Amino acid sequence: MITKIAWKNIWFKPLNTVLSIILLTSSVAIITLLILLENQFERKFNDNIDGIDLVLGAQGSPLQLILSSVYQVDAPTGNIDYAEAKTWMKNPLVKKAIPLAFGDNYRGFKIVGTTPDYLTHYGAKMQQGKVFSKNFEVVVGSTVAQKMGLKLGDTFFGSHGDSSEGEVHEDHAYIVTGIAAETGKVADNVILCNIPSVWAMHEGHDHNHEGEESHDHEDHDHDHEAHAGEEAHNHEEYDHDHDAHAGEEAHNHEEHDHDHETVISEEGKEITAVILKMRNPMSVLVWQNMIPMNTKMQAASPGREINRLFSLFGIGLDALQYLAYGIMLISGISIFIALYNTLKERKYEFALLRVNGASRLQLLMLVLIESLLLCITGFIFGTVVGRIALSLISGSSETEFKISFNPLEFVWEKEGYLLGLTIFVGILAAVIPAVKAYSLNISKTLANA
Amino acid sequence: MIHTKSLHFSYGKGTDFNFPDITASSGDSLLITGGSGRGKTTLLHLLGGLLRPQSGQVVVEGTDIATLSEKKLDTFRGKNIGLVLQQNYFVASLSVLENVVLASWLATGKQAETKAKELLEQLGLKGQEHKLPSQLSIGQQQRVSIARALINEPKLLLADEPTSSLDDENAYTVADMLSGLAKQFGTALVIVTHDQRLKDRFPNQISL
Repeated sequence: MITKIAWKNIWFKPLNTVLSIILLTSSVAIITLLILLENQFERKFNDNIDGIDLVLGAQGSPLQLILSSVYQVDAPTGNIDYAEAKTWMKNPLVKKAIPLAFGDNYRGFKIVGTTPDYLTHYGAKMQQGKVFSKNFEVVVGSTVAQKMGLKLGDTFFGSHGDSSEGEVHEDHAYIVTGIAAETGKVADNVILCNIPSVWAMHEGHDHNHEGEESHDHEDHDHDHEAHAGEEAHNHEEYDHDHDAHAGEEAHNHEEHDHDHETVISEEGKEITAVILKMRNPMSVLVWQNMIPMNTKMQAASPGREINRLFSLFGIGLDALQYLAYGIMLISGISIFIALYNTLKERKYEFALLRVNGASRLQLLMLVLIESLLLCITGFIFGTVVGRIALSLISGSSETEFKISFNPLEFVWEKEGYLLGLTIFVGILAAVIPAVKAYSLNISKTLANA
Repeated sequence: MIHTKSLHFSYGKGTDFNFPDITASSGDSLLITGGSGRGKTTLLHLLGGLLRPQSGQVVVEGTDIATLSEKKLDTFRGKNIGLVLQQNYFVASLSVLENVVLASWLATGKQAETKAKELLEQLGLKGQEHKLPSQLSIGQQQRVSIARALINEPKLLLADEPTSSLDDENAYTVADMLSGLAKQFGTALVIVTHDQRLKDRFPNQISL
């Protein structure tokens, strides 16, 4: 009954109430959003670098190297020589080495040339089909399969580069031989094939970034629609201007035989990066210094780079958080003013309640509950609005970075603290008006009317 | 049933009141008159347990209310004493009916909705139950106050200048209503007023 009166009272002054609730909602929404973002962002980032000690790649920004080769969100720093990389991959200090070769995408999803180890590393089991073994066979990540509607046996053409507007490689079609199970990691968002596929894809024609295509297909016997990758291509000597990303070297390839078991010479070939798991932590540090000194490559530590990234983000997040707490303080003051102002006109009401048998404590509770109702309403709205905001952010980050956030996740501990804080603000705002109501002198109030 | 014994109250600074002993039995009406500053409202507040006397006794239904603790007094007041005040205050956000029902809930913990409706109907307020108190006329508000004071069938009904803001016709109606209801519910009725119009209506009178 007290709660009912409190509820009716707060809606008796709808403007005050709406103002307080809007303020509370916005502060709770911002904080909820930050909590969820921080939590999911860090987890997504940290999950993906689990078990990766170093990333070997072309020199440039180490953060860019990590972002491109681990998270598949940025452009690669360049290419490295496969033969040179291989000498490091075979080093006894290396526990596991997974080479990566980028080049193409399929409607924005990267096609990554790698080894089946990549799938094992991210714990991606095969949901359907089998792991790629031949050229142009691909395994698609669960998200890709779902979004693009790819099924086993489907074929598609990749586009060059990392945007879906890139030039389409129409010489070879990829064929889906496997669909990976969901991992919740970056492996869900990529299309995987073997490295020779990437090489083969880029040597079938003269490649030109400026868009001036000069394909010469006269000597080819194509039938890629049906069995791309399984036909035999006879390539006469090509002057191949291979340009996976940065290198502009010219490769001369002798006649290649694209067969079931296509063998492409590794000589002079390039890859983009190598993911390394080292045998001991010392070598991680040593290699970070040793590799750039001795080669044209760099070895970047994902942990270090991601920490750097978070500390950069952190400043912005902190600022937002302070803003949100500021708004919460203002909403507390707004509730206080609303309660305090109405107290003057409501003291007769309170005196009357006492006359009718209400105890001091019941009046105290009435004021307190009014404040708490505002706060809890604000908290509920804030929680919902924060999640709506997250799902909007998730929508845009998904299209841009292939990172999605789950708005339905609850971070109980932190959100519990937030609820506690909101309630604390509510109590604090109500304490003076409530005590005034508690210690009201009814006789004086009624006599002086 | 109420009686007082050598009530004394002081606001300090020389304003001391020594009240004559008063007695009112169940169903009886008592009119207390007196000019401004004679302590009418003070006496009423003492009788209603809103103030505590410096000395003397206020005995309602055998209980000396001056000795009760604050919390017990609140409960006792809610159950046994009905007050009709000079001005009519309501919980502004609640409807007429809810205001009356609230009084029953505060005193007994039960919401006597049917009884509240009957009482309002008896006081000629049928059809007004779901309006806000502020939407009623002064006279109607007065009657809502009376309904609220009577909802718990108190042993003592106190009225402070119940007619001062009413015209002659309404003043007589209210006076008759109060004495009639006091008889109906077996309640001792004490009215404090300076309103000369009421003096003809109530034979039992005390002048301060």
